[in-house]
Amino acid sequence: MSLLEINGLTRRFGGLIAVNDFNIELGEHELVALIGPNGAGKTTVFNLISGFYQPSEGYIRLKGKDTKGLRPHQVTALGVARTFQGIRLWGEMHVLDNIRIAQHYRLGYSLLDCFLRTKNYTLREKAIDDIAWELLEAMDLKDCAYELPRNLPYGVQRRVEIARAMSVKPSLLLLDEPAAGLNSADVEGLIKLVRWIYDNYPVTIWMIEHQMKVVMSLCSRIKVVDFGTTIADGSPEEIQKNHTVIKAYLGDDTI
Amino acid sequence: MQKYTATIVLFAFIALLVVLAQFSILDRYYVSVLMFMGVNVILASSLNLVNGYMGEFSCGHGGFMCVGAYVSSLCTVLMFSKNQILGAPLLPPQFAFIGFPLALMAGSAAAAIAGLVVAVPSFKTRGDYLAIITLAANYIVISAINNMEIIGGPRGFMGMSATERAMQDMLNIPWVLIFVLLGTVFTVWILRRFVSSTLGKGVPAICQDEIAAEIMSVDTNRMKLIAFMLSSGLAGLAGGLYAQVLGYVNPQSFDIMRSTEVMVMVYLGGMGSLSGAALAAILFTVLMEALRFLDVWKWVVIPLLLILLMQFRPEGLMGNKELSDLFPKLRKYYSFK
Repeated sequence: MSLLEINGLTRRFGGLIAVNDFNIELGEHELVALIGPNGAGKTTVFNLISGFYQPSEGYIRLKGKDTKGLRPHQVTALGVARTFQGIRLWGEMHVLDNIRIAQHYRLGYSLLDCFLRTKNYTLREKAIDDIAWELLEAMDLKDCAYELPRNLPYGVQRRVEIARAMSVKPSLLLLDEPAAGLNSADVEGLIKLVRWIYDNYPVTIWMIEHQMKVVMSLCSRIKVVDFGTTIADGSPEEIQKNHTVIKAYLGDDTI
Repeated sequence: MQKYTATIVLFAFIALLVVLAQFSILDRYYVSVLMFMGVNVILASSLNLVNGYMGEFSCGHGGFMCVGAYVSSLCTVLMFSKNQILGAPLLPPQFAFIGFPLALMAGSAAAAIAGLVVAVPSFKTRGDYLAIITLAANYIVISAINNMEIIGGPRGFMGMSATERAMQDMLNIPWVLIFVLLGTVFTVWILRRFVSSTLGKGVPAICQDEIAAEIMSVDTNRMKLIAFMLSSGLAGLAGGLYAQVLGYVNPQSFDIMRSTEVMVMVYLGGMGSLSGAALAAILFTVLMEALRFLDVWKWVVIPLLLILLMQFRPEGLMGNKELSDLFPKLRKYYSFK
């Protein structure tokens, strides 16, 4: 059974077809990219998967379960975490809290436990804390655990956002343009980080990315969309030679 | 041991206040100011959960207070005093010790349920639009009670003092003061526990980025439900205590003016600061009493102070910091866990 199965996915916004008949199947532990010119509908696909929009047609199955009608937090609880194109951390809470809160779906205690501070509460909070510190340590963010995200450099904020997504313990990690706005040193760091996550966690990573350096050095499979439709799907070498892709990015050479 | 210092100091302070009131060292005026202070602390810190932590603009807190005040007074009056609805009291006066807290709980529960009127629309509505809904909720409550002749309509409702007398017949100490002080401690305690837990931190997460909260597995609807119901339920507790302090309630005392007062306290103290809201409530009560000599002009001076505050310290007295953030040494002496 595949991890993610998308079949005939279509999403219309009024007259605009943002995503048209999109199909993909992702297995366990893959590193895949989704590329395409601006406005091609890439982020819409991610928004559909995370339950933010409902499909007009087609279905999305996660581990065999149809996600239709689920709210985003329920989809996340099934093991899908994501980052955003513009960083969306909770700016007024320190990094540690940011990572703790993302474990909301498996708090494991009730409101009453919280008021009475039962043994269960103490145990669960401790576990949540341990996972958070473990992640901070692993991602080299320990020093800024008590910093507010808005006081951190952009590259570090990215890393915090990825750490926050990882604290969901996802089986599918969606990265929406992780290298956007990073300088070249940070991009190197990001490539290393994604590679490290892929090597150390049983997770399938699917990223939208414009920087070909990132895509080509990380992903074993690339899917290209334009105007909501898939125009190519294959290994990096195949994509680089594909005429339709070149046309979509650079335009037609015939006048 | 140090961990409990604050708790011991707190309860010693409460005991001291009760003793002072008991032997009339504090006269009745000061005791009543003290009780209004307690009620205001409950109101401000509960509204702070919605306006401060969740970043919504609820301006109908008086409505929920009203529900609590009426329901709990109705319970105590039916139980312990002669009334025109049932005639003789339902229970003998010895039960007042159990009956009164139960009536307070009933009032809070009713207010929490009334909170649903705002909580459910908040799933889809935010900001200004939700503010209008809270305003409407306030009006609904006031108008409904104004039109219920059986509980006095606009003339108000009384008879609560029988409960206090019943308790004092058993043991002559200032019971209402004790209940107000305990209610205040309970409110701050429960709110503090909520907002410091990972569960409760979902509330400021909604405030800072609702989409990120929902995507990162926070059940935003559930959190909104908890926040609104907890906030309005505690407002109901404040209402029940307020009614008992005055011995009389009428709908006008819970109108938009009251809601505004509570809002002023929250903004005075600083959004999202529990100790700020509590301190501001105390300060506000003192200010209201200290400026009493100005008579109606009080309502010119206080809003003017508010304008000055917004000009020069818009984040409120405490910002979004807690006392323990400003004085880290305090942390040694208490842990609110």
